[in-house]
Amino acid sequence: MPVNDALNFFNRYKGEGMSERSGDGLVNRVAVDVGGTFTDIVMLRGSTQFSAKILTSADAPERAVITGISDVLNQAGLTFNDIDALILGTTLATNALIERKGARTALITTAGFRDLVEIGQEDRFAQYDVFLQKPRPLVEREWRFTVEERIDAQGQVRIPLKEEQVVALAEELRAQKFESVAIGYLQSFINPQHEQRTAEILRDLLPGVTVSLSSDVCPEIREYERLSTVSANAYVQPLVAGYLHRLQQQLATHGLRVPPYLMTSGGGITTLENGIREPVRLVESGPAGGAILASNIASQLGLEKVLSFDMGGTTAKICFIDRFQPQISRSFEFGRVHRHQKGSGLPIRIPVIDLVEIGAGGGSIARIDHLQRLQVGPDSAGSSPGPVSYNLGGELVTITDANAQLGLLDPASFAGGKVELNVDKAAAALAQQVGKPLGVGTDEAALAVTEIIAENMANAARVHATESGKQVDSYTLIAFGGAAPLHAVRLASKLGIGRVVIPHAAGVGSALGFLWAPVSYQAVRSFYQRLDNPDYAAVNALLDTLSDQARHIVQQADETASVSLLRSVYLRYAGQGHEVSVPLEGAHFDEQGLAALHARFTQTYRQLYGRSLDHVAVEAISWTVTATTAAPEIAFPAPGEPLARTNGVAERTLYSLQQQQRIQVPVLTRADIEHGGLRSGPLVVVDPETTTLVDEHFTVSSTREGHLLLERQPQSGAAQ
Amino acid sequence: MSQQVIQSQVIWNRLISVVEEQAQALIRTAFGTATREAGDLSAGVFLPDGRMIAQAVTGTPGHVNSMAESVKHFLREFPLDTLQPGDVLLTNDPWKGTGHLYDITMVTPVFHHQRPVALFASTLHVIDIGGLGPGPDGQQIWHEGLFLPILKFIHAGRLDQTVLNIVKANVREPAQVEGDFLALVACNDVGARRLLTLLDEFALTDLLEVGDYILTRSEQAMLEAVRSWPAGSWESELWVDGYDQPLRLQAKLTLSHDGIHVDFAGSAGFVAKGINVVKAYTDAYTSFGIRCLIGADIPNNAGSLGVIKIDAPEGSILNAPYPAAVTSRHIIGQMLPDVVFNCLRQARPGEVPAEGASCLWNIQLSGGHILPEYDAVNTLTQPRFSITSFSTGGTGARPRLDGLSTTSFPSGVRNVSLEILESISPVVFWRKEYRQDSGGAGQQRGGLGQVIELSHGQDLPMELGAAWDRIHFPAQGAEGGLAGAPGRVTLSTGETLSGKGRQIVPPGSHLIVETPGGGGLGNPLERHAASIARDLTHQLISPQAAATSYGHSAQSTNKTE
Repeated sequence: MPVNDALNFFNRYKGEGMSERSGDGLVNRVAVDVGGTFTDIVMLRGSTQFSAKILTSADAPERAVITGISDVLNQAGLTFNDIDALILGTTLATNALIERKGARTALITTAGFRDLVEIGQEDRFAQYDVFLQKPRPLVEREWRFTVEERIDAQGQVRIPLKEEQVVALAEELRAQKFESVAIGYLQSFINPQHEQRTAEILRDLLPGVTVSLSSDVCPEIREYERLSTVSANAYVQPLVAGYLHRLQQQLATHGLRVPPYLMTSGGGITTLENGIREPVRLVESGPAGGAILASNIASQLGLEKVLSFDMGGTTAKICFIDRFQPQISRSFEFGRVHRHQKGSGLPIRIPVIDLVEIGAGGGSIARIDHLQRLQVGPDSAGSSPGPVSYNLGGELVTITDANAQLGLLDPASFAGGKVELNVDKAAAALAQQVGKPLGVGTDEAALAVTEIIAENMANAARVHATESGKQVDSYTLIAFGGAAPLHAVRLASKLGIGRVVIPHAAGVGSALGFLWAPVSYQAVRSFYQRLDNPDYAAVNALLDTLSDQARHIVQQADETASVSLLRSVYLRYAGQGHEVSVPLEGAHFDEQGLAALHARFTQTYRQLYGRSLDHVAVEAISWTVTATTAAPEIAFPAPGEPLARTNGVAERTLYSLQQQQRIQVPVLTRADIEHGGLRSGPLVVVDPETTTLVDEHFTVSSTREGHLLLERQPQSGAAQ
Repeated sequence: MSQQVIQSQVIWNRLISVVEEQAQALIRTAFGTATREAGDLSAGVFLPDGRMIAQAVTGTPGHVNSMAESVKHFLREFPLDTLQPGDVLLTNDPWKGTGHLYDITMVTPVFHHQRPVALFASTLHVIDIGGLGPGPDGQQIWHEGLFLPILKFIHAGRLDQTVLNIVKANVREPAQVEGDFLALVACNDVGARRLLTLLDEFALTDLLEVGDYILTRSEQAMLEAVRSWPAGSWESELWVDGYDQPLRLQAKLTLSHDGIHVDFAGSAGFVAKGINVVKAYTDAYTSFGIRCLIGADIPNNAGSLGVIKIDAPEGSILNAPYPAAVTSRHIIGQMLPDVVFNCLRQARPGEVPAEGASCLWNIQLSGGHILPEYDAVNTLTQPRFSITSFSTGGTGARPRLDGLSTTSFPSGVRNVSLEILESISPVVFWRKEYRQDSGGAGQQRGGLGQVIELSHGQDLPMELGAAWDRIHFPAQGAEGGLAGAPGRVTLSTGETLSGKGRQIVPPGSHLIVETPGGGGLGNPLERHAASIARDLTHQLISPQAAATSYGHSAQSTNKTE
């Protein structure tokens, strides 16, 4: 069966580690991001960048990967044998979950609890919508089976596992031709022996069927989330294993001599072997690359507090990055029935970079609702038919149309000249769909569209900051993705942010970010403890187990690197429902460590909520250990060839928010900014892939590294 | 002028975001499980005259427009010109707040350049308020805990320690209740800070103009939504179990060019148990029911709510006078959307859902305190605990859609993980599964209820607090659909328990709670064969039910378990 073969296959690579060899001294690093539509490939040869973008081959993603890598290798005159590091990100797992194209999967639960994974939280994600439909569980009721067993909250066996029922069930699973099985018993994170024994029996009787245990994939309290996570893992495992297996073989055939690595949702990379074991951790790996890229730029510029802002065609994503580390969360929702509506998807609990996704991109549609209010997004015209101005049949006004009308986009060179914009069409549609109902002119209508979308993004960022206990106005915005540089100054102004960086790689996809990802793995276990009376020995034993597990998995990828361990505890006041992650210092947990932990919790809680509750007991819910290697020290790619200098001769007419009229502004290139020093807005800076708007309130200059630095003018206090 | 419109829209968006932030701050710092898990809270911003201009969309409608009205009571007691920056007012007066003593409402005036520009209000359900504790067993308001009239809790930034001390001396979990009080203060502060930033950013001196814009637009949109329905009057009645005898809820709903009027004349009188509903709470669930079908996407504010007028005779169970007991007002309050639906269905047949379980089926368990008929000293040495497992039945079948199984409606509560409940109490759960055949048959099937079975893990006695309905009067089907299964509460020893009040679960016996199903919609004989087959495959209905209720022939399936 593919999975076991694949595991054996990967084992042969053990011990090779990440070599840093190259004939001419230049190291060749390749990153590949397999997206739903496009596969992006980036290669850094030393600090020279090569890239390619080709259509994803959905039926066999490895084909596009091989073709794309060959393409960048050709550009540099290299072969697969010259590759020193290869990192792969994939949306294969995500797409299989969303499109429900995973394996025929059975879920086995404790008798009496067949429906937990469907009952979920018993709530409705939209209060006033009596016609809502909940997301279907991955494993429907007829494929959910139960076995008599019960372990209690203390880990004691209340009902021994009825092994004969497991044996009988194996026959039924075989007869019904299941490809994958998820096992999720109650309280299994405390005592996994029943799950393990069940798996043993099934693996014995059903060779070739993949088996996922909730106590392996998600050893955390809260049965719904754990069952949902293990179901997702089982559901995508055969598919992901098959793909990785085929890919691995083809890479080897083409002469790759290093083991490839996989990007995970948590921002670290891992071995293919581990990716097959826990494919659910590969979900959302693509967007993680963008946050890592921003972290790397933050580190390059020494910016300790950064808000990354990635805006493309359909969505915008924001992420807080403190001291060069993206904020990490332990929960994620996939397949939301209502776009961007919390609670309308299915939960998975994995370490994931905490990105907030907003339905705001170049293709977001603007319309007037029945309260005569202008609404923008979350619906998107996508790339087909796309905005009205693409002239491809799109009839609904989008943000790109508004930007074209405002004079912010050069119709001839939009998206590197790939699309020619028809501004007249955009203007007519804006006037008809927005201007007329609001009783304003076309320019005002266009401006209203961009203002509302900036407001939507700012609101999402503020709420996320409140949830995360951060003062957003003390952050620097790093804006990248095709649409972000146009909207960055307005977003910054609304958030009270005074500094914006537009990296010179602003238009590049997230693949580039993969190259700076460390090898890492987070192990977790729920273990309830009251801090007023902790069982030190038990906690230390648990931490040791988690440390060994995490270190072992990281060392499989890189035996020689030094591994650092970061422990943390999820704490709350007794009776609360949300936990706060607090780092646990020191290798051994004792009374001193407890006092420090308590103090740190109080401090973190104060920072988040403005006060602490010193008379309420504190309880620990979950414990994590993250093993990680140092991030690779790789030079950021040198800026690509910028557009030629214009010396400010070129001008463009655009509609100014501040002056409420059309004004002439200079059109500059990065080369102009690099040579010309500090310039004050209003002006635009054009790049092959993007345009940056610098309004009256900001100045622009170039950093040593070639990034654009926008700073609020000192006299410009008010945001409006 | 036109620029003004765009700016007003941007500010409206911002105000909604501000109250969402205010609510988030409250949810994350609150202690009561009702607030945290059920979203039993509200947050809103008001003009200086007490009209609400924005409210956060939270988990339960119980506070919709009950808090909206409460700010006016505060202003009558403490006129705005007597307040100063840093003041915070509070009350839990059920008749001036949101309907029972557990709900604390706090109001914070906001000053901009020394002028009052707005008030922020927030409400949450505290973990304890003394008295008998949760449940409908109280007979008068004084049984139900500490009553705090409208008073000033913070005087120009200085917290009234006396008030706080009295509160802490009267509740079971003083530290956590203090935390809840301070969470309310803090969340209003978050709102106030954001509002001041907004005023500066847009160079506004007050919110009057934008407030008028919001309220006018909302009122107009709501009126248009009402006018899209046929005009007329429709009546409906609904029977509920009551505490110990059935009670009638009667309504007449009128849709006209000028708005909506609901009159509950003819409903039962109030009773000497804590299931009475104050008028503000009646208003809340009635308007929620209306807003689910008419103007669902219009933001909640004085403009949109003002289109709905509600009357209930004083002395009825839907307008219970002081000093009636009101703690478990949700049991009847949550039935009101069904009453509204039953009227509106006559206006637009085929477009309104059938009745559902509606009333929450929360399982409240406690132990380690003195229990009647058990040795006092002995019970006191046992592990002390108190947990609530939020649980639900099925919702009514919907036009073109089946009802939702085990889903909260009209409340928006989330359940609590069984593993969490087991980790903080000695309770062990043995079953939590769909209840086969509990969804009312119909062309669209009602949602299923569930079966929950549990016991004290150390075979000790524990106390159950029941506050359930639809045991004697199940959710009715509509337009030819059949009723959902009634709720049922039994012990593994065979004994049937009552749906209301405190009762003992004896040592060693399991408690079995079967929640009600939702009513069906339309003639079951017209249900698609494919839908029946799917329900059989998923064992949501039994072959017998398929045959008897749906006329489905048995030989087409032979699924076994």
